[in-house]
Amino acid sequence: MPTPSSPGVTEIDTPSDLEARITRLVAAPRHLVWLAHTVPGHIQRWMLGPPGWTMPVCEMDLRPGGTWHWVWRKSAGEEMSMEGRYLEVVAGERIVSTEKWGPEWPETVNTIELTDHGQWTLITTTIRYPSKEARDAAMATGMTEGADQSYARLDELLRSLA
Amino acid sequence: MLPSDTLSQVFAALADPTRRAILARLTLGEATVKELAAPFAMSGPAVSKHLRVLERAGLVDRGRSAQWRPRRLKAQPLREVTEWAEQYRQFWDANYARLDTYLDHLQATEPQDADTK
Repeated sequence: MPTPSSPGVTEIDTPSDLEARITRLVAAPRHLVWLAHTVPGHIQRWMLGPPGWTMPVCEMDLRPGGTWHWVWRKSAGEEMSMEGRYLEVVAGERIVSTEKWGPEWPETVNTIELTDHGQWTLITTTIRYPSKEARDAAMATGMTEGADQSYARLDELLRSLA
Repeated sequence: MLPSDTLSQVFAALADPTRRAILARLTLGEATVKELAAPFAMSGPAVSKHLRVLERAGLVDRGRSAQWRPRRLKAQPLREVTEWAEQYRQFWDANYARLDTYLDHLQATEPQDADTK
């Protein structure tokens, strides 16, 4: 897996036909990174997306079978909602959950893993889609910066129209 | 950026490699169903089925006057997708940049004995 050698770099790759993987190295010990990923008050401070968005709803019942529901809001009143269910929780190390944006979006299974990297922590998020087509659609629409060759044509097309 | 039904339909339409190839061909100019089918080992009806998906997503429409009703590209839905995609791509970077800052804050305020609990 492409491991970022320094903090501040997000790497994205595809470990299988169904998966996309995002890795990021952060300059903090694992127990703090775990807190930042599992306590609503912490999550609402950083998991906000582009500037202008807030996260007014951050409900999480962090145990296998427990549900989660996050809502983002923009000042203009736009809203984005995401929800799912926890499948596996290993304290300090690993969270596996389902994620769904809405009825027309494919449900994904997301795995977040934290591993020690010296005194720092490597965050690995693996998103598993129900089909290669769904994964490809997500990636073709900009989840990765460097699309592979099969999408070069689409990228070209989109650029020419932008 | 609430994903609308239109965006969902555009994403679904773009998920198929044949449909992406059809769109790429249409960037060169309008084309009949027969012309669009030519590069693919595919029947006219099969290509028409793909075209219907693209039409429902608002990515393709039909010329009115010509006998063979050539298909042509409609760019607007793709522009909406690129805008959405750019926001989506920024999502990870913006979040992690903020996480870096927040972790610095947590480390600075963490009690000295946190590691010995």
